Amino acid sequence: MARNALGLIVGLIFGLGLCLSGMYEPAKVTGFLDLAGRWDPSLAFVMGGAIAVALPAFALARRRASAWIGVPIDLPTKRAIDAPLVVGAAIFGVGWGLAGVCPAPGVVDLGFLSPGAAIFVAAMAAGMLTWRAVADRRLPGRGLSAQDA
Amino acid sequence: MTIDWANFAPLPALAGGLLIGCAAALLILGAGRVLGASGIVGGAIEGRKGDAAWRWSLIVGLIAAAPLSRALWGAAAPVFAAGWITLIVAGFLAGFGARLGSGCTSGHGVCGLARLSPRSAVATGVFMATAFATVFLVRHVVG
Repeated sequence: MARNALGLIVGLIFGLGLCLSGMYEPAKVTGFLDLAGRWDPSLAFVMGGAIAVALPAFALARRRASAWIGVPIDLPTKRAIDAPLVVGAAIFGVGWGLAGVCPAPGVVDLGFLSPGAAIFVAAMAAGMLTWRAVADRRLPGRGLSAQDA
Repeated sequence: MTIDWANFAPLPALAGGLLIGCAAALLILGAGRVLGASGIVGGAIEGRKGDAAWRWSLIVGLIAAAPLSRALWGAAAPVFAAGWITLIVAGFLAGFGARLGSGCTSGHGVCGLARLSPRSAVATGVFMATAFATVFLVRHVVG
Protein backbone atom coordinates (compact mmCIF):
# COMPACT_ATOMS: atom_id res chain seq x y z
CA MET A 1 0.00 0.00 0.00
CA ALA A 2 3.01 2.26 0.50
CA ARG A 3 3.53 2.03 -3.24
CA ASN A 4 -0.02 3.24 -3.97
CA ALA A 5 0.32 6.14 -1.52
CA LEU A 6 3.62 7.12 -3.13
CA GLY A 7 2.01 6.87 -6.56
CA LEU A 8 -0.73 9.26 -5.52
CA ILE A 9 1.71 11.81 -4.06
CA VAL A 10 4.02 11.55 -7.10
CA GLY A 11 1.03 12.06 -9.42
CA LEU A 12 -0.06 15.14 -7.46
CA ILE A 13 3.41 16.74 -7.47
CA PHE A 14 3.92 15.87 -11.15
CA GLY A 15 0.50 17.32 -12.04
CA LEU A 16 1.04 20.49 -10.00
CA GLY A 17 4.38 20.95 -11.76
CA LEU A 18 2.72 20.61 -15.17
CA CYS A 19 0.04 23.14 -14.20
CA LEU A 20 2.46 25.65 -12.64
CA SER A 21 4.83 25.46 -15.61
CA GLY A 22 1.98 26.04 -18.08
CA MET A 23 2.71 22.78 -19.88
CA TYR A 24 -0.86 21.57 -19.27
CA GLU A 25 -1.95 24.23 -21.78
CA PRO A 26 -1.71 23.00 -25.42
CA ALA A 27 -1.06 26.54 -26.73
CA LYS A 28 1.97 26.84 -24.41
CA VAL A 29 3.42 23.65 -25.91
CA THR A 30 2.76 24.60 -29.54
CA GLY A 31 4.24 28.04 -28.75
CA PHE A 32 7.47 26.22 -27.85
CA LEU A 33 7.31 23.88 -30.86
CA ASP A 34 6.71 26.74 -33.33
CA LEU A 35 10.29 27.81 -34.03
CA ALA A 36 9.30 29.69 -37.19
CA GLY A 37 6.58 31.75 -35.50
CA ARG A 38 6.77 33.76 -32.30
CA TRP A 39 8.78 31.34 -30.20
CA ASP A 40 8.09 30.83 -26.48
CA PRO A 41 11.19 29.14 -24.95
CA SER A 42 9.48 28.51 -21.56
CA LEU A 43 9.37 24.74 -21.98
CA ALA A 44 13.15 24.52 -22.12
CA PHE A 45 13.09 25.85 -18.55
CA VAL A 46 10.58 23.15 -17.53
CA MET A 47 12.89 20.41 -18.83
CA GLY A 48 15.96 22.09 -17.38
CA GLY A 49 14.40 22.41 -13.93
CA ALA A 50 13.13 18.85 -13.96
CA ILE A 51 16.46 17.39 -15.07
CA ALA A 52 18.37 19.47 -12.49
CA VAL A 53 16.50 17.64 -9.71
CA ALA A 54 16.17 14.25 -11.38
CA LEU A 55 19.86 13.93 -12.35
CA PRO A 56 21.27 13.65 -8.81
CA ALA A 57 18.29 11.48 -7.81
CA PHE A 58 19.05 8.93 -10.56
CA ALA A 59 22.76 9.05 -9.74
CA LEU A 60 21.84 8.18 -6.15
CA ALA A 61 19.36 5.51 -7.29
CA ARG A 62 22.07 3.77 -9.33
CA ARG A 63 24.12 3.27 -6.19
CA ARG A 64 21.27 1.91 -4.10
CA ALA A 65 20.05 -1.68 -4.19
CA SER A 66 16.50 -1.00 -3.08
CA ALA A 67 13.94 1.78 -2.84
CA TRP A 68 12.61 3.27 0.41
CA ILE A 69 9.62 0.92 0.42
CA GLY A 70 11.98 -2.07 0.17
CA VAL A 71 11.42 -3.08 -3.45
CA PRO A 72 14.32 -3.28 -5.97
CA ILE A 73 15.09 -0.16 -8.00
CA ASP A 74 13.97 -0.88 -11.56
CA LEU A 75 16.18 1.12 -13.93
CA PRO A 76 15.95 0.51 -17.69
CA THR A 77 18.62 -1.89 -18.94
CA LYS A 78 18.11 -1.70 -22.72
CA ARG A 79 21.03 -0.09 -24.52
CA ALA A 80 20.35 -0.70 -28.22
CA ILE A 81 19.37 2.26 -30.36
CA ASP A 82 17.04 0.26 -32.60
CA ALA A 83 14.27 0.82 -35.10
CA PRO A 84 11.33 0.64 -32.64
CA LEU A 85 12.96 3.39 -30.53
CA VAL A 86 13.52 5.74 -33.46
CA VAL A 87 10.28 5.02 -35.35
CA GLY A 88 8.21 5.16 -32.15
CA ALA A 89 9.77 8.47 -31.09
CA ALA A 90 9.17 9.90 -34.58
CA ILE A 91 5.49 8.90 -34.51
CA PHE A 92 5.12 10.21 -30.95
CA GLY A 93 6.55 13.58 -31.97
CA VAL A 94 4.02 13.95 -34.79
CA GLY A 95 1.15 13.26 -32.37
CA TRP A 96 2.61 15.65 -29.80
CA GLY A 97 3.04 18.41 -32.38
CA LEU A 98 -0.43 17.98 -33.91
CA ALA A 99 -2.31 18.83 -30.72
CA GLY A 100 0.35 20.21 -28.36
CA VAL A 101 -0.52 17.51 -25.84
CA CYS A 102 1.67 14.70 -24.51
CA PRO A 103 0.51 11.89 -22.22
CA ALA A 104 0.89 13.42 -18.73
CA PRO A 105 -0.64 16.83 -19.51
CA GLY A 106 -3.48 15.03 -21.34
CA VAL A 107 -4.31 13.13 -18.15
CA VAL A 108 -3.99 16.27 -15.97
CA ASP A 109 -6.37 18.14 -18.29
CA LEU A 110 -9.03 15.48 -17.61
CA GLY A 111 -9.17 17.05 -14.14
CA PHE A 112 -10.26 20.36 -15.69
CA LEU A 113 -13.21 18.42 -17.23
CA SER A 114 -11.95 19.45 -20.64
CA PRO A 115 -13.78 17.60 -23.48
CA GLY A 116 -10.69 17.94 -25.70
CA ALA A 117 -8.61 16.12 -23.07
CA ALA A 118 -11.16 13.31 -22.89
CA ILE A 119 -10.99 12.80 -26.68
CA PHE A 120 -7.17 12.94 -26.70
CA VAL A 121 -6.76 10.53 -23.77
CA ALA A 122 -9.29 8.03 -25.16
CA ALA A 123 -7.48 8.01 -28.51
CA MET A 124 -4.12 7.75 -26.72
CA ALA A 125 -5.36 4.71 -24.77
CA ALA A 126 -6.55 3.16 -28.05
CA GLY A 127 -3.11 3.78 -29.58
CA MET A 128 -1.39 2.19 -26.58
CA LEU A 129 -3.63 -0.89 -26.67
CA THR A 130 -3.11 -1.19 -30.43
CA TRP A 131 0.65 -1.21 -29.87
CA ARG A 132 0.20 -3.93 -27.25
CA ALA A 133 -1.92 -6.05 -29.63
CA VAL A 134 0.64 -5.66 -32.44
CA ALA A 135 3.56 -6.42 -30.11
CA ASP A 136 1.87 -9.56 -28.76
CA ARG A 137 1.15 -10.81 -32.28
CA ARG A 138 4.76 -10.28 -33.40
CA LEU A 139 6.33 -12.02 -30.44
CA PRO A 140 3.67 -14.36 -29.07
CA GLY A 141 3.95 -15.00 -25.37
CA ARG A 142 6.76 -12.59 -24.80
CA GLY A 143 5.57 -9.34 -26.26
CA LEU A 144 8.02 -6.60 -27.03
CA SER A 145 9.74 -5.46 -23.91
CA ALA A 146 7.43 -2.95 -22.33
CA GLN A 147 10.16 -1.46 -20.23
CA ASP A 148 9.53 2.20 -19.75
CA ALA A 149 12.09 4.56 -21.28
CA MET B 1 13.66 33.82 -34.88
CA THR B 2 11.31 36.05 -32.86
CA ILE B 3 10.82 35.49 -29.17
CA ASP B 4 7.25 35.54 -27.87
CA TRP B 5 8.01 37.82 -24.91
CA ALA B 6 4.32 38.18 -23.96
CA ASN B 7 4.03 34.46 -23.15
CA PHE B 8 7.62 33.71 -22.13
CA ALA B 9 7.45 32.91 -18.40
CA PRO B 10 10.75 31.39 -17.26
CA LEU B 11 10.10 31.50 -13.51
CA PRO B 12 6.84 29.49 -13.35
CA ALA B 13 8.34 27.17 -15.99
CA LEU B 14 11.44 26.60 -13.88
CA ALA B 15 9.42 26.17 -10.65
CA GLY B 16 7.09 23.71 -12.37
CA GLY B 17 10.08 21.87 -13.78
CA LEU B 18 11.62 21.58 -10.30
CA LEU B 19 8.34 20.04 -9.05
CA ILE B 20 8.35 17.55 -11.94
CA GLY B 21 11.97 16.66 -11.05
CA CYS B 22 10.92 16.15 -7.40
CA ALA B 23 8.15 13.80 -8.54
CA ALA B 24 10.64 11.79 -10.62
CA ALA B 25 13.11 11.68 -7.71
CA LEU B 26 10.43 10.54 -5.26
CA LEU B 27 9.22 7.73 -7.54
CA ILE B 28 12.67 6.30 -8.33
CA LEU B 29 14.09 6.56 -4.80
CA GLY B 30 10.82 5.79 -3.03
CA ALA B 31 9.27 3.10 -5.18
CA GLY B 32 12.08 2.20 -7.59
CA ARG B 33 10.17 3.15 -10.75
CA VAL B 34 10.92 5.56 -13.59
CA LEU B 35 8.43 8.41 -13.96
CA GLY B 36 7.34 7.85 -17.54
CA ALA B 37 3.74 8.84 -18.17
CA SER B 38 3.16 6.68 -21.25
CA GLY B 39 4.60 3.56 -19.60
CA ILE B 40 2.61 4.18 -16.43
CA VAL B 41 -0.68 4.76 -18.27
CA GLY B 42 0.02 1.88 -20.69
CA GLY B 43 0.66 -0.56 -17.84
CA ALA B 44 -2.45 0.67 -16.01
CA ILE B 45 -4.86 0.16 -18.90
CA GLU B 46 -3.32 -3.20 -19.77
CA GLY B 47 -4.14 -4.14 -16.18
CA ARG B 48 -0.85 -5.85 -15.40
CA LYS B 49 -1.42 -8.19 -12.47
CA GLY B 50 0.01 -6.85 -9.22
CA ASP B 51 1.53 -3.88 -11.01
CA ALA B 52 -1.48 -1.75 -11.91
CA ALA B 53 -2.77 -0.26 -8.61
CA TRP B 54 0.15 2.15 -8.03
CA ARG B 55 -0.19 3.29 -11.65
CA TRP B 56 -3.88 4.06 -11.19
CA SER B 57 -3.05 5.90 -7.93
CA LEU B 58 -0.54 8.04 -9.81
CA ILE B 59 -3.11 8.77 -12.54
CA VAL B 60 -5.64 9.82 -9.87
CA GLY B 61 -2.98 12.17 -8.46
CA LEU B 62 -2.37 13.70 -11.89
CA ILE B 63 -6.09 14.31 -12.39
CA ALA B 64 -6.53 15.70 -8.85
CA ALA B 65 -3.71 18.19 -9.48
CA ALA B 66 -6.02 20.10 -11.84
CA PRO B 67 -8.66 21.18 -9.29
CA LEU B 68 -5.89 21.62 -6.71
CA SER B 69 -3.94 24.05 -8.89
CA ARG B 70 -7.18 25.88 -9.64
CA ALA B 71 -7.79 26.23 -5.88
CA LEU B 72 -4.18 27.16 -5.07
CA TRP B 73 -3.40 29.75 -7.74
CA GLY B 74 -6.48 29.91 -9.96
CA ALA B 75 -5.14 27.86 -12.87
CA ALA B 76 -7.49 28.36 -15.83
CA ALA B 77 -8.98 25.46 -17.76
CA PRO B 78 -6.84 24.55 -20.80
CA VAL B 79 -7.98 25.57 -24.29
CA PHE B 80 -7.89 22.83 -26.92
CA ALA B 81 -7.61 24.64 -30.24
CA ALA B 82 -7.41 21.43 -32.28
CA GLY B 83 -10.67 19.95 -33.58
CA TRP B 84 -11.86 16.52 -32.48
CA ILE B 85 -10.56 14.69 -35.57
CA THR B 86 -7.08 16.17 -35.04
CA LEU B 87 -7.26 15.26 -31.34
CA ILE B 88 -8.14 11.65 -32.17
CA VAL B 89 -5.27 11.34 -34.67
CA ALA B 90 -2.86 13.14 -32.32
CA GLY B 91 -3.84 11.02 -29.31
CA PHE B 92 -3.58 7.76 -31.24
CA LEU B 93 -0.15 8.60 -32.69
CA ALA B 94 1.15 9.86 -29.33
CA GLY B 95 -0.07 6.73 -27.53
CA PHE B 96 1.13 4.23 -30.15
CA GLY B 97 4.43 5.99 -30.79
CA ALA B 98 5.29 6.42 -27.11
CA ARG B 99 4.75 2.72 -26.43
CA LEU B 100 6.66 1.61 -29.53
CA GLY B 101 9.52 3.97 -28.66
CA SER B 102 9.48 2.99 -24.95
CA GLY B 103 8.71 6.46 -23.63
CA CYS B 104 7.51 10.01 -24.03
CA THR B 105 8.40 13.49 -22.85
CA SER B 106 8.67 12.44 -19.20
CA GLY B 107 10.25 8.98 -19.59
CA HIS B 108 12.84 9.91 -22.22
CA GLY B 109 12.88 13.72 -22.09
CA VAL B 110 13.18 14.14 -18.32
CA CYS B 111 14.14 10.82 -16.68
CA GLY B 112 16.12 9.40 -19.59
CA LEU B 113 18.20 12.54 -20.07
CA ALA B 114 18.69 12.73 -16.29
CA ARG B 115 20.00 9.14 -16.38
CA LEU B 116 22.36 10.23 -19.19
CA SER B 117 20.90 7.43 -21.33
CA PRO B 118 22.04 7.54 -24.99
CA ARG B 119 18.80 5.75 -25.99
CA SER B 120 16.71 8.49 -24.41
CA ALA B 121 18.90 11.23 -25.89
CA VAL B 122 18.26 9.80 -29.37
CA ALA B 123 14.52 9.38 -28.70
CA THR B 124 14.22 12.95 -27.35
CA GLY B 125 16.11 14.36 -30.33
CA VAL B 126 13.87 12.44 -32.74
CA PHE B 127 10.52 13.35 -31.16
CA MET B 128 11.54 16.98 -30.75
CA ALA B 129 12.52 17.07 -34.43
CA THR B 130 9.26 15.52 -35.69
CA ALA B 131 7.21 17.72 -33.33
CA PHE B 132 8.97 20.89 -34.59
CA ALA B 133 8.45 19.70 -38.18
CA THR B 134 4.77 18.89 -37.57
CA VAL B 135 4.02 22.32 -36.08
CA PHE B 136 5.94 23.98 -38.92
CA LEU B 137 3.90 22.08 -41.54
CA VAL B 138 0.57 22.66 -39.82
CA ARG B 139 1.13 26.36 -39.10
CA HIS B 140 3.28 27.62 -41.94
CA VAL B 141 2.83 25.29 -44.90
CA VAL B 142 -0.71 23.85 -44.76
CA GLY B 143 -2.31 26.44 -42.46
